[in-house]
Amino acid sequence: MQYLIMAYTDEKLWPGLSAAAKEQRFFAAYSVYVEALNQSGVLKGMNRLRPVAEGVTVRVSEGKAQVLDGPYAETKEQLGGYFLIDVPDSEAALSWAARCPAAEHGVVEVRPIWEMRQP
Amino acid sequence: MQYILMAYLDENVWPTMSKEQQEQGMAAYMAYGQALQTAGVIKGSNRLRPTSDATTVRTTGGKSQVLDGPYAETREQLAGYFLIDVPDLDAAISWASRCPAASHGSVEVRPIWSIQP
Amino acid sequence: MGNAAAVSPEGGEQARNTAGLVARRSYGKLIAFLAARTRDVSAAEDALSEAFALALKDWPANGCPTNPEAWLLAVARRRAIDAFRGRRRGEAAGEQLRIMSEGLAHAEAAPEIPDQRLALMFACAHPAIDAGIRAPLVLQTVLGLDAKTIASAFLTSPAAMSKRLVRAKEKIREAGIPFRIPARDELPERLGAVLDAIYAAFTEGWTDPAGADVVRRDLTEEALFLARLAADLLPGEPEALGLLALMLYAHARRRARRQAEGEYVPLAEQDPSQWDSPMMLEAEGLLRRAAAMESIGRYQIEAALQSAHVFRCRTGEANWRDVAALYDALYALVASPVVALNRALAIAEVDGPQAGLQAMPDAAADPRLAQYQPYWAARAELLSRAGAAQEARRAYDLAIGLERDPAVRRFLERRRAALEP
Repeated sequence: MQYLIMAYTDEKLWPGLSAAAKEQRFFAAYSVYVEALNQSGVLKGMNRLRPVAEGVTVRVSEGKAQVLDGPYAETKEQLGGYFLIDVPDSEAALSWAARCPAAEHGVVEVRPIWEMRQP
Repeated sequence: MQYILMAYLDENVWPTMSKEQQEQGMAAYMAYGQALQTAGVIKGSNRLRPTSDATTVRTTGGKSQVLDGPYAETREQLAGYFLIDVPDLDAAISWASRCPAASHGSVEVRPIWSIQP
Repeated sequence: MGNAAAVSPEGGEQARNTAGLVARRSYGKLIAFLAARTRDVSAAEDALSEAFALALKDWPANGCPTNPEAWLLAVARRRAIDAFRGRRRGEAAGEQLRIMSEGLAHAEAAPEIPDQRLALMFACAHPAIDAGIRAPLVLQTVLGLDAKTIASAFLTSPAAMSKRLVRAKEKIREAGIPFRIPARDELPERLGAVLDAIYAAFTEGWTDPAGADVVRRDLTEEALFLARLAADLLPGEPEALGLLALMLYAHARRRARRQAEGEYVPLAEQDPSQWDSPMMLEAEGLLRRAAAMESIGRYQIEAALQSAHVFRCRTGEANWRDVAALYDALYALVASPVVALNRALAIAEVDGPQAGLQAMPDAAADPRLAQYQPYWAARAELLSRAGAAQEARRAYDLAIGLERDPAVRRFLERRRAALEP
């Protein structure tokens, strides 16, 4: 079954971290995590997202597109990236979610993929 | 350039729709997916199960705290995403505005972090 | 070519003058051209600044090139490529010479550099860019103003302004905001954002019309330049002509706005002989051209209002009904409390102060209005005319408390003093 592991972190904390902290907290930690995912063969896709300030939100009302700069919601933590995995059950998914570095300094949300029935 | 289009919808709306309306809604998404396919811009997409099936995990000092439900209790929730490859932000915005979710909710567009050579 | 030769004072002076002239005339053009493909405005700024620095070394020694723009472009491009590759070239003389002679070779062969400033302005005013930073961004990228100058004009700290500008330019690059003039169906709205940014720069320059604050820079000339640029590059867009007309009307009255002693003079009391007539004629002509295109918009209406005020002051003929009608039209487009306020004042002229007071927007409903000096000044004026001296005095007190400009405060204080006891 496919699950989406979503890593939420507080973007505002990042600039304040020392280079060493960034290296350890992010680069090293995610390197290890991704390596583990790859080794296990469960990883189906992943991406890191640019900060929310670099995005836009689009709404269409009465046929007209409205473009606003910034994210849909101004929450304390923001989606920084995701991992798409294929595992036997939700326990396995949660186990991977708990190992995601974001679980430690942010929040990780796990959701099953809604498989679309093929016609 | 790669962008992720994130569809945010009010989950309370879908169950209140008639079967016919739901079918129309599904058809709209299928048509949208098809258009992305035909244009050759789609790199991946997924629909997510509702937040009632979501779990949130936090760890402190090695101990995990697992909670039922999504990270944020916002009126609209992430319902799915489309990963596209297009020349610039205007193209991404154009595709986002065509997503059915843009008319009933919101579509957030964010660039994917590209790996520098 | 020799080594770094001793520079003659005249040669140095001339080189600096030429570089200065090129900077003023071509900076924005060069930035736009350099940044268009990569969308990397910061890199273009760095590369061009290094090119100018090199020019100030090379031109005094070897004479100004026949095509200084092309020279700078060639050198800047080379710098940008090197920076991108991460190989920071040192100060080795040989390398310098090679870059400069490359510049010269290109300059001799180069045709006119295409003007992509409009595309640059559309990128700066893109909906993805935070509305509050659009005007500063246009001022920095098209005119080369530094963050410190811009910050002081917008009353923010240079550090904060710098940071926001850096982020905005990062967004253009990372989010892929294109340098493109929008398609027909999007153009009016997108152009509106560009014009709003230019107008914001103009009105910021306005809050110091006496130019008395030596630290704050007057941006009106820069904003006028940008408005002219937009009108020149989009002659078929009536709103671009309308904005220029509006700004010219306002700018034409700058000398009449202050008395010799620096006292503030409101429009109704200004001496028309102090107005810049040729400038007003130009504004009039632009407004006529815009009207002929039959596509009314916010800036055309505002310019038409200016024209109506000028007409009334010159001829003494009351045209307040026309003015009120124009405000009705403007309010339909821009339902802002400020427009509602001015509309109420016009209505007061036609139907009396009570009617004006009734037409006023409600400060309770819009807290920003409660902090807006002209709102209280207008209320005070109408209350005074309606015979409510006590309430008028209170309103003047509020207005005075909200006004930054000492000359305007003195004006309001005089009005308050003139009320019946």
